[in-house]
Amino acid sequence: MFKYYFEQIHNVAIWPIISLSIFFVFFVGLIVYVWKIKKPYIHHMQDMPLQDDNHMPNQPSKS
Amino acid sequence: MELEHFKYDNKIVKYFSIATVVFGLVGMLVGLIIATQLFLPELNLGIQYTTFGRLRPLHTNAIIFAFVGNAMFAGVYYSMQRLLKARMFSDLLSYVHFWGWQLIIVAAAITLPLGMTSSKEYAELEWPIDIAITLIWVVFGINMIGTILKRRERHMYVAIWFYIATFVTVAVLHVVNSFAIPVTLFKSYSWYAGVQDALVQWWYGHNAVAFFLTTPFLGLMYYYLPKAANRPVYSYKLSIIHFWSLIFIYIWAGPHHLLYTSLPDWAQSLGVVFSIMLIAPSWGGMLNGLLTLRGAWDRVREDPVLKFMVVAVTAYGMSTLEGPLLSIKSVNAIAHFTDWIIAHVHVGGLGWNGFLTFGMLYWLIPRMWGTKLFSTKLANVHFWIGTLGIIVYVLPMYTSGVVQSLMWKNFNAEGFLEYPNFLETVTQIVPLYMMRAIGGLLYLTGAVIMVVNLVKTAKQGTFIPEESAEAPALEKKKMVGGYWHNRLERKPVIFTSLVLVAILIGGVVEMVPTFLIKSNVPTIASVKPYTPLELHGRDLYIREGCNNCHTQMVRPFRSETVRYKGEYSKAGEFVYDHPFLWGSKRTGPDLHRVGGAYNSVWHFNHMLDPTSTSPGSIMPPYPWLYEQKINIERTAGKIKALRTVGVPYEEGYEDVANEDLKEQAAEIVADLKASDVDIPETAEIVALIAYLQRLGTDIKAEKTVEK
Repeated sequence: MFKYYFEQIHNVAIWPIISLSIFFVFFVGLIVYVWKIKKPYIHHMQDMPLQDDNHMPNQPSKS
Repeated sequence: MELEHFKYDNKIVKYFSIATVVFGLVGMLVGLIIATQLFLPELNLGIQYTTFGRLRPLHTNAIIFAFVGNAMFAGVYYSMQRLLKARMFSDLLSYVHFWGWQLIIVAAAITLPLGMTSSKEYAELEWPIDIAITLIWVVFGINMIGTILKRRERHMYVAIWFYIATFVTVAVLHVVNSFAIPVTLFKSYSWYAGVQDALVQWWYGHNAVAFFLTTPFLGLMYYYLPKAANRPVYSYKLSIIHFWSLIFIYIWAGPHHLLYTSLPDWAQSLGVVFSIMLIAPSWGGMLNGLLTLRGAWDRVREDPVLKFMVVAVTAYGMSTLEGPLLSIKSVNAIAHFTDWIIAHVHVGGLGWNGFLTFGMLYWLIPRMWGTKLFSTKLANVHFWIGTLGIIVYVLPMYTSGVVQSLMWKNFNAEGFLEYPNFLETVTQIVPLYMMRAIGGLLYLTGAVIMVVNLVKTAKQGTFIPEESAEAPALEKKKMVGGYWHNRLERKPVIFTSLVLVAILIGGVVEMVPTFLIKSNVPTIASVKPYTPLELHGRDLYIREGCNNCHTQMVRPFRSETVRYKGEYSKAGEFVYDHPFLWGSKRTGPDLHRVGGAYNSVWHFNHMLDPTSTSPGSIMPPYPWLYEQKINIERTAGKIKALRTVGVPYEEGYEDVANEDLKEQAAEIVADLKASDVDIPETAEIVALIAYLQRLGTDIKAEKTVEK
């Protein structure tokens, strides 16, 4: 089975370091993106659940 | 741009809503029955199909997959059509999904009391039903992705992301955890063994909570809470961070269910770290929900829908703070295996899932029937009786968990256990079990009141099966620009793939090393495969659901090695355990070192009438084990199946296995006869005794060898 090929992995410590790097890059990227996001887009998105309603009048978004 | 006219399908939402209510009542009733059995064991009426061990999986499966599952589908089918401005992709698939899911539930309700179970928590259903679940889940997925592809709204609202993550992750979890080798139509052995099986199971178990009970309901929260409050979500930016960090981190936290067990230490630590990190996204989501009500708190006083939702989101916040705290090893050492965990899951189940479902139904039903809620007053009664029910349920369970745990660990001044008899710690908390049942009864009463209210509401209105809507078609023009996430939301297939990658990373990092590096599971030379008779006994242990109340995991604490008179459990002892039977709750004592602790006639008397050997025991009697016979024709099949998954039975052993079986059975019967007890060799109890007497004894042989 293929698993025997991996038995040579001695350096288990590499796994947490890989994980930490993935997380760091991922979250920095996410925060940069959210920081730069444009207002009109946000307004469009957050009003979505309220748009489909015919029974109730929409309130203008506050922010 | 020309407007397109189309209709939303309300009928499928109605179907799923009815199923939610019906199976909700059934699931809660079964819960109430087993809660009562814990202080009134005779309540199984002497019938083998209604013992705690068999009904407990029925309760958990009914609540998770029938009640919460149907509620999720009702909520998803309603909100998804409107958020995407499109009817569901295929009516046929919608109804195949609905009826398929209900058939699976019925199959579960039949097979679980019959003792057909894999024993793996929240994945107890046997392999044919597992395959059916996979197929129906794919039907749901095709229907959902198809709807997304034919949408008239370019961007996907955050609720849709949560639905996609739910679909993708549950599919992966279910398939990986269900790998098993079939023995008969309704019996299989897990593909994995021991520590690896435990890791896969709790990677599944934890993320079933995450991606079946949490992410779909967060999606529902992001749709129905703004709807009910009539204002947009507090921060859409926060919801983006909430989504990605939640699904990214959640998948890593599974090992916190296995702290202080035989799981390798590094995997336990990884689980702890990520569990604590989970506070951040969970609370981000909770605050986003609660702050949506900014400036609308006055309406919470009047609107029962908002009341239910506020308590639901608050319960979510409480259980997602408690979860990470319980993952800290020193807290876990006290709480694990006790009723504390029962309290914890019921804050989530009764509070978050239950109340969000109730709030959603109170909002949906009047709208789909074009009327107003029949009685706001009744809804308020439901709200208060339900809230009271939650409190009366969880407070006794927290108390009981802490009391029992401290009693387990209490040493007196002479250095002996203060309560060496496990039963003392049980009789102490029986009154709390009674109070818990009252809490459950209150909660169920509230649900019945809701049903009356909703039926009356439906009767006074007229159901609107098709709701007309109009929207311009999505332009086919090539969209350029925008930040990457804007582009992502326009490309659902890429989005789905990225979700898949995000959830796979955690699973791969945790599982690959455990599976592939031999040093992670040190083998013990004296640990041998089970004998054929023990194998039959083990399967009876699984059939009766013994693992629902008894663990097989002595943790490395002095209080446990002293109480259970042996070494703490080692990973190498479980290498032939397909499936692992570590359990997650000690309603009764741990059994890993029970082998040899009592003589066979003690077990014989104990299983026939637990109170005869253990006065005050809350375990039910198992008289059918003395009348029913094991089917020795199955022996060969069991041996062959286990050999396929790696247990080293010699080739051809299946042909002679029954000779060994008869020999061992004859020894036990002779042993019993010496105590004036007559029983046929093929009686089930003989096999069960053989298994119990083997438990945890291999390691003792190791010591003798060393000497």
